[in-house]
Formats: sequence, structure tokens, C-alpha cells
Amino acid sequence: MADLVCEDLNMAFTNPQTGAVVEALKNINFTLKKGELLSVLGPSGCGKTTLLNLIAGFLNPTSGRASLGGRVIDGPGLERGMVFQQGALFEWLPVSKNVDFGLRMKSTDPAHSRQLVEKWLDIVGLQGFGDTPTYQLSGGMQQRVALARCLVNDPDVILMDEPLGALDALTREKMQSLVLELWKETGKTIIIITHSVEEALLLGERLFVMAPRPGRIHKEYNLQFAERGLSETLREIKQDKEFNEVREEVLTMIWDMEEEIMGRG
Amino acid sequence: MVEWFSDNRAGFAAVIVVLLMAMFIWSIVLGRKQAVLTAKDEVFGDPQRTRGGWYWALSGVATLMLIWFYFSWGIGRAYFPTAANEMCQVAKLEEVVSPIKAALPIGSRYYKSTLLVARNSDQLDTVESELPTDAFTIPEQAKLKALISKVRSLIVNSSDPKNLSREATKKLDQLVLQLNALSMELRGGLEGFSPTAKALAQPKWGTTHVEIPILPITARGMLFDGVATKAREAATLFRKIRNHPPANVTIISDVKARIAKFKKVNASGKFDKKTDADRVAYVKAVERIFRRLDDGTIFPANSLDGVNGAIAGLDAARDHARGSLGTIEAIFFPGIGVVKSRTQCTEQGSARWLPKPMDVIARFLKLANPDIEGGGGYKGVPLLWWKWLPVADLVDFVTPDWIADLWPGDYVRHGIDGTISPNFKDRLLNFARGDLYLGSIPALDGHLWDSVFRVLIAMGLGIFLGVPLGLFMGVSRFFKSFFDPLIELYRPVPPLAWAPLILTIFGITDDGKVFLLFMVAFAIMVISARTGASGTQLSKIRASHSLGASDRQIMWNVILPNALPEILTGVRIAIGVCWGTLVAAEILAGTTGVGFIENIARTVSDYELIWVTILIMGMLGLLFDLIMRWVIDKTIPWRGKG
Repeated sequence: MADLVCEDLNMAFTNPQTGAVVEALKNINFTLKKGELLSVLGPSGCGKTTLLNLIAGFLNPTSGRASLGGRVIDGPGLERGMVFQQGALFEWLPVSKNVDFGLRMKSTDPAHSRQLVEKWLDIVGLQGFGDTPTYQLSGGMQQRVALARCLVNDPDVILMDEPLGALDALTREKMQSLVLELWKETGKTIIIITHSVEEALLLGERLFVMAPRPGRIHKEYNLQFAERGLSETLREIKQDKEFNEVREEVLTMIWDMEEEIMGRG
Repeated sequence: MVEWFSDNRAGFAAVIVVLLMAMFIWSIVLGRKQAVLTAKDEVFGDPQRTRGGWYWALSGVATLMLIWFYFSWGIGRAYFPTAANEMCQVAKLEEVVSPIKAALPIGSRYYKSTLLVARNSDQLDTVESELPTDAFTIPEQAKLKALISKVRSLIVNSSDPKNLSREATKKLDQLVLQLNALSMELRGGLEGFSPTAKALAQPKWGTTHVEIPILPITARGMLFDGVATKAREAATLFRKIRNHPPANVTIISDVKARIAKFKKVNASGKFDKKTDADRVAYVKAVERIFRRLDDGTIFPANSLDGVNGAIAGLDAARDHARGSLGTIEAIFFPGIGVVKSRTQCTEQGSARWLPKPMDVIARFLKLANPDIEGGGGYKGVPLLWWKWLPVADLVDFVTPDWIADLWPGDYVRHGIDGTISPNFKDRLLNFARGDLYLGSIPALDGHLWDSVFRVLIAMGLGIFLGVPLGLFMGVSRFFKSFFDPLIELYRPVPPLAWAPLILTIFGITDDGKVFLLFMVAFAIMVISARTGASGTQLSKIRASHSLGASDRQIMWNVILPNALPEILTGVRIAIGVCWGTLVAAEILAGTTGVGFIENIARTVSDYELIWVTILIMGMLGLLFDLIMRWVIDKTIPWRGKG
């Protein structure tokens, strides 16, 4: 089983000028089973992105370890796909070349990769856009390309760093449905980092609310809205009483944290 | 074809000027019409207002060309092809009369005599006040003062009209008569004057290296030419008139004797070194002033009034005889007009350094003519042509001679019977040296190609070495910190400051110029590639790491394409700077190239050729830039959209 396990993860940054140490993450412990959908929420500076970068392998923890399927993570790898806020597409390549970038890097048979690219472009709703330059795409379409680029390599875990943050409300809702669909169809483990409480509730089987200074998991929720999102429309769920109650609770929690930070600052 | 164009350039100019004027007027009319159409939906300050407007560009070009035609006398020559020749004849008269004028208020504001009196009196006062009392004894000092006052009395005597000799008065009257006769002749009309066959057979204005034909080709020209010849007598007469009052004659011999006496005492050798120097210098100073006063060139002021008036009359007669030529000259020949020097008439003012457009074209066609024997090219090299290049030369250039040394064994030695049978090692050396025939290939040749070739080679090397280094400097702490001081220390030095050093080391061969340009291109390419590489978004690098790319793959597939806009902008800048530096390098040293042509043209004041090279360089620089702009548009359409 390709479970993602974090044991006593600690991450401290030292300011090279002042020597001050910031504890970005302290004693993070959790296990994410294969196929689970985790959303991470928290005020800014609580270490959400640091956590994601550790799992992606862009950073090495000060102590503790993260492992995927029993293998300790010590660098970036194809089994952990990443989707960035702005897509981070290669604008000098057309859509299809962006999508098959990972395949080309490991010299996959071109015919096979063409098939894969077409399949995934189809799934994310970009059929026929293979030769379009990426700079001509809208923000939502660029994120679809980023998703396809990540999924075509068949990763075990998909890491999303505020993937829908820069999109308008309507596109955002469509993309949220797409993420849920992909989750259901592929059965991948997905971690989504977000600023939006609604999005965290909709796209999280599990939800970590993190707190800053030191960055830690403040509270964990197990939610069923993601499951319901597969059959119901997202707008219906948003009007649900229970959804609203949880949302208010989480909002208050984060509000208080922000107040505390401001008070201290 | 070229000859035909060359001989009829004035006619071409006449047509072109009319076309330019038509273009100028038409484009303004069109522009005003368009302005009325668009004015209502545009407000002042809106940058959109600057879009379009090719008709104004047209009128701008026409204006520029017309200004060029006008100030280079291109318009004047087109419509008044004989004017310069007539101006030349007038200038002949001016040349002859100018020494007379220079001595009179009409030419120099003051009489020359007045100036002489003023200057020499001043200097006598100065000399008198600076008498070194420690170098001369008291009696000697008194003698010197007497000497100086004798010299001063020369001025007094010369200035008094009563002392003017009868001979001088007679000659002055004779001069006035001669000058008045010339004035009469100038006012006498043009009848009976016709140019000689020899004059008519001269090359036309602007078709030979001598700009203006010197023999008169019109009746008016003949008149002035004849008057100028006669005026020569008057000028000679004037030069010979001297004012020697009888009193001065005795004074002069007396002063001479006294000076000689002082010199003799000085030469006796009984003074110490400093006193000797002071004495010699002082006597010499007095003698110098005396020498300027003993030649009888100072006249009483009113004795020359008659001559001054006669010259004024001659000027008036000249203007009368010029007639319409004066108006034409004032309107169509801006500047100082034509000046006659010893052997030729030359255009003065803007026309001197601004060659006529048609002459520039004719000069360019001559330069571009690949037929060297037929007078084309420059210094035995065409502007741009092709030649057979022996392959062996290329081999010699590419393979170093020491390759042969590496082959085992020795080079052949001559045998006991004096014969030599080369072994393989010898043949290898011959090959490396290019000492054998390997056939020939066509290759470009000429000044222009040499210049372009140097830039291209330097740019190629600069890109090939600079871009990889720049990219590594953009991503590696070691590369950045190690090479940064190196590049930042040499780059800010202007390339032209390096030029003397590098050209001295390498000599006049291509290597030095290519190396200098390489230095320029290399620094620019390194900096632009580095900027491009370090500007790569972190998320793109992380994304490609996540997608399983190795470091090398990221360098090639992400960082390089990401830096491409900066690199190409760098190429565009580097080509421009290289082009500018190259010309200066060629001016400093070399035997071919556009800058070389310009430098040689400069030393012989060949303005046409200077302008031809300036225009060639401008056009080529523009061409480079247009090519780079096109390349940038085609290769990096994503620029600014990522």
C-alpha cells in the first residue's frame, strides 16, 4: 500500500542575517492512506506550503521523515506530481508538449506517449487543444493542462498548492468538480492546499486546519462533502445546513488565529 | 550604364527634385485630409494618435532629401549647370584682387598701414620699458634709448603725407586708372565674348574628380576670366609700391650701423653667460621691430583713399556684371560660394562637406563595381563580390602545424647526393600548412564582406561561449561568483579603450579585430543569458523536477528556452555594439573593411566616399536590426505572455 506517512516532521528556517529561527513546522504526524483526499487550511504563515514542499521533496526536513509507500522522501520524484497555483507551464511549448514533458524526460516511446496525452487531454476537457500555445489559454484551461501534465505520469500522490486560487468564481467551481471527478476516477491520493474554507470543505475527505508559530496541525476533520460532491452539485452542498455549520466553525477558528497573530504583531 | 548615369547625374537630379517636391506637397495635402477625418474621435495626449501616418513619413523623407539636395548644391547644379563655372571666373578675379583688398578698409576694416603703426608703436613702447639695466652700462642704455627713438621716427616720417615720394604718388594714380579701366570693362557688356573650344571640351561639373571646370564656358565667364588676367598687372603694381621718405633712408642706414656695433660688442665674449644672453636677446628684439619698418610698407592714410575707392568701384562693377548670377548664387548656392585657389575652383560651405546625392550614388556605384581593372572597388578590393578560395587556405587555418610534430619519426633530411624524398610526416606538415592544391571553392569577398564576416565570427564565438557560461552563472553559485569579477572588470571599459592594446598585440590582421569584437559580444551574451537564466520562475524549475527531469534536462529544456528572449535581445544589442566597435577598430588598423575605406577617405578629404561609407554602415546596421527583430518575432512568440 502506497500510504503517505509523516513522522515527527520538523522544519526550522534560520534567517542568515539575524540568526533568528522560525519554526515553520513542528511535530507533524499523520498517515494518509492511498486514495484519500486531504485538504489543508490555515492562516498565512502556518506552514501549509512548507508541508507540501517537504512531501514533494523540494525541501528536506530539519528532523523527522516523510515516506511514501515505505520509501523515505529525499527529493522530487515522478510518483509525487505537483500542480502549482499559476500552472507553471512551459510557455515555449504547445499544450501536448507540456503534457508529455515528463514522458519525454524518461524517453517514453513517442507513439505511446501520444496516446496517453490524448487520453488525458480528453479527460481534463481539452481535446483538440494539443497544438495550441499555452500562452493563448485562459487561466482555467492552463490549470487543466497542469493537471494533465501531472496525471499523465501516473503519480501515486498529487500535490496541489492553491491550484484554483487565481481563478474566477465560476471557473473555480467547474475546476472543483473536475478535481473530484479525477479523484474518483483515478483513485489517487490528493493533497490540496487552499485559502478558501469552502473549497477545503468541498475537496477534503480529511481536513487539516493548521495553526502558525510554530506551524502545526491544530484540528483535524473527517468530512463527507467530497463524497457527496460526486453525486450532488456543489451548489446544493453549499446550501446544506451541516456544511454551513462546519464552515462557520472553521472560519471562526481561523479568524481567531489571525486575530492572535495581529495582536502579537 | 554606370558611366551613362554618371555623365547625366545633373539631369537625374533635376527630375528627382521635382518628384520630391511633388511628393512633399502631395503627402502634406493627404495628411491634412486624413487629419480632418480622424480628428474628431481623438483627444490630445492619447498615444493612439501616433499610429499610422505613413504620409507624414513620406513628407519627412522628402523634406530630408530636399534639404540634402539644397545644401549640397544638388538643386543648384541640376537647374543651373553653368553657374559654378561662372562663379569660378568671378572667384578668379577675387583671388587676384584680394591682396589689394587686404591692405585696405574695404577688405580688412583698417588700412594695413594703420595696423602696422599701431602694432609696432606698442612693441617699441614695450621694448623701451623692458630695457635690462643690469646687462647694459649706463652709456649703453642711453644709446639704446636713442636707437629706439630713431626707429620710432621711421613710423612718424612714413605717416606724413608730405614725405610721400613722387614716384609712389605716380604709381598709386596709375593703379587707380588701371582699376577703373577694369571696372569699365566689366560694365561694358557681354558682346563679343564666346568660350573657347578647349573650354567647352572640359568634363562637366561633377563628373570628374576636379569638381568645377576651370576654363570659362559662358560669355560672362569669358568676361570675368579676361578681367581677372588683366587685374593681375594691377596686383603686381600694387605689391611693388613702397613709401620710402628721403629722411628715412638715412635713418635706416644709421640704425643698421648702430645695431651692428652693439652686435659686435656682444660678440666680444667678455660678458658672463646670463648678461650675454640678455644683451643678445634685447638687441635682437629691437632689430626685429626695425626690420618690419625698413621696407616702406607704411603709407600716409589718405594716400590710399583713391585705391580704396577704385576697388569699391570694381566691386560694384563686378556685381553689375554678375547680373542674375548673383541672385541665383544667393538662393541656390548656400554657403561661401566658389573659391579659386591656385589650381582649382572649389565649393565652399555646406557643399564642401556635404556631397550631392547623385554624386554619392555615382561614387557608390563605382565602389560597388566588382571590376577592379575598370576602376571599381577600393584599393584593389571590391566592395562585395566573390572569389575562388583555395581549400588549402581553409585547411591551413583550421589545422595547426604542430599536428605534424605529433606523428612519430623525424622530418626528412637531405641525402648525400643533395636530393630530398619527403616522407609521410613531411606531407602531413605540408597539409597542415596548406602547401598543396586541394581545389577551390567560391567564397564571398570584398570590404563589406570582410566587415560583416568579422562581426559574424565574433558574434558566433560570443554566443557559443557566452550563452552557456551565462546560463551556468544564472544557476550556479560557483560560476556566478567566480566569473562575475572577471567579466565585470573588463566589461565596463569602453571597447574603444581596449582597441589600441589589442590591435597592438595582434597587428593589422583579422584576429585582433575579431578578438576585440568577441570581447564585446561575449560580455553582452553572458550578461543577457545570465539574466534570462536567473529569471526562471522557481515553480517552473520545481515542476520540471517533479516531472522527473534531470539537471541536464532542466538546463536544456527549461532554463535555456526560458532565457531565450533575453538571449535574443542580447544578440540584437551585441550586433549593434559590435558593428559600432568594428568600424572604429578598422579605422585604427587594417587593410580592408568599410571602416578602412572611411579612414583612407578621411585622410584625402574624399567627402563623397566618407558619406558612402557612412550610409553603407547605417543601412547595414539597420538591416542587422531588422533581421534580429524578425527572428525575435518568429522564435519567441510567447515573449511577455508567460
